Amino acid sequence: MPRFQNLTDAVADNLRDGDTVAFEGFTHLIPHAAAHEAIRQGRKGLTLIRMTPDIVYDQMIGMGMARKVVFSYAGNPGVGLLRRMRDAVENAWPVAIEIEEHSHAAMANAYEAGAAGLPCAIFRGYRGADLARVNPNIRSVTCPFTGEELAAVPSIRPDVSFVHAQKANRRGDVLVEGIIGIQKEAVLAAARAVVTVEEIVDNFDDVHTNACILPAWTVTSIVEAPGGAHPSYTHGYYERDNPAYLEWDKVSTDRDTFTAWMKEHVLDATPSVFADRVAHLRKRP
Amino acid sequence: MTDFTPDEMMAIAASRALRNDDVCFVGIGAPSVACNVARLTHAPDITLIYESGTIGTAPDVLPLSIGDGELCETAVTTVSVPEMFRYWLQGGRITVGFLGAAQLDRFGNINTTVIGDYDDPKVRLPGGGGAPEIALSSGEIYITMKQSKRGMVEKIDFFTSFGHGDGPDGRKKHGMTTKGPTFLITDKALWRPDPATAAFRVVSLHPGVTRDEVRATCAWDVAFADDVDETPPPTAEELKVLRDLHARTKAAHALSGDPT
Repeated sequence: MPRFQNLTDAVADNLRDGDTVAFEGFTHLIPHAAAHEAIRQGRKGLTLIRMTPDIVYDQMIGMGMARKVVFSYAGNPGVGLLRRMRDAVENAWPVAIEIEEHSHAAMANAYEAGAAGLPCAIFRGYRGADLARVNPNIRSVTCPFTGEELAAVPSIRPDVSFVHAQKANRRGDVLVEGIIGIQKEAVLAAARAVVTVEEIVDNFDDVHTNACILPAWTVTSIVEAPGGAHPSYTHGYYERDNPAYLEWDKVSTDRDTFTAWMKEHVLDATPSVFADRVAHLRKRP
Repeated sequence: MTDFTPDEMMAIAASRALRNDDVCFVGIGAPSVACNVARLTHAPDITLIYESGTIGTAPDVLPLSIGDGELCETAVTTVSVPEMFRYWLQGGRITVGFLGAAQLDRFGNINTTVIGDYDDPKVRLPGGGGAPEIALSSGEIYITMKQSKRGMVEKIDFFTSFGHGDGPDGRKKHGMTTKGPTFLITDKALWRPDPATAAFRVVSLHPGVTRDEVRATCAWDVAFADDVDETPPPTAEELKVLRDLHARTKAAHALSGDPT
């Protein structure tokens, strides 16, 4: 059964230097509060896995925490590029990073294979695509029944995954609603899983029987972290902070501006600031 | 005739390509505009799918990202991302994949990964996302983009998504059975592949656009079909739907404090 912890302890207990880690959430439910705590704890040498690195990995890469990034779309959604990740790739600032680039279909399949306990994912993909030429982890297998050549990539098996979700109940079951993305697969594929939630409720008696639930025994640690997805959003709680995504484009342009912003908003902040950050984004009555 | 901009002509011409019974995998940006205009005009029952897992979505305003909450709230159902790519795309249930492009060649091959060498890029673009498999597994591909010599090039730097390769047998050589790119809608013209070469050629010029204007904004040697049509101008209804959609989108984003 999961431990109910505060964010500082949950990150300290589950994330170590050199780990392979996924902070997932497909545009929705991105676990920013957990990532900021990891930044404050100064973890290093991480292999960061995420379909869309987004602002959350731009910040971690810019703080020098990553050794390698595995991804399938490195943009600031609706805005443009990820400037800190680019600076690391092109200029090794603040440290050099290795990249392993895939397509969304490949990563989605690889997470699913990880959750299913398989060594690799097999799917119809990458035909005629140059990624197969530059990424040695994209290979092929021949179907033993039809002879069709299919793409194969290694499954994703993180040491630890972090996701955000709407609710946990007192037992530690977790409810994910809205765009569920890759949350379930990221948790089941990992050796350890930390889930931050908007709120902890007594029970899920009012939840539909087919809802997306992670049973308590699949989760290592649960943290109540209201607003913990900001500037991403939590369906039913608060909206995506689009201006923050636009502001990031400016903050991340320059190394000094970035460093100063991270000090003020992350290093000198505490987990409790997230609730205030989403106050103006909560659903209007 | 009502006044309209080249961008409006592009969005409306692109919307007309979609049918009421299409199941369309929608790229963000220009494709998303066209698909929603189609839904709000001649194709009310079209199924729009975004890669975040939202199936049969009907947003009132244009999403800023493929994962906006409204896509989910208005969808028939929302599935996980692995299910999206496995059952719905790879399973062959998508009739049209609608893509944009940073760099495009005449065979409909698309680059959204890097300008320059992959290991030492001049410009690192976001990458492929869902596009490589959308281009492979959708029944056919429509592409929409504004014309420019930087965008429509003789040779792309990186094959993010495969179109027709270098000719009519390109897809067959890679074991592909879907049609690939069949339609290109720009702010100047409509293009279809020449069956003999699989290269896009102009089949219709938008009202007021000259052949020289098409050539001046395209870096490959432009071919024209024997009979080049003039694209019918936007109707008053199409323009109203498009402009109202943009106005609603702007107002909604202003409400959440979005400076754009």
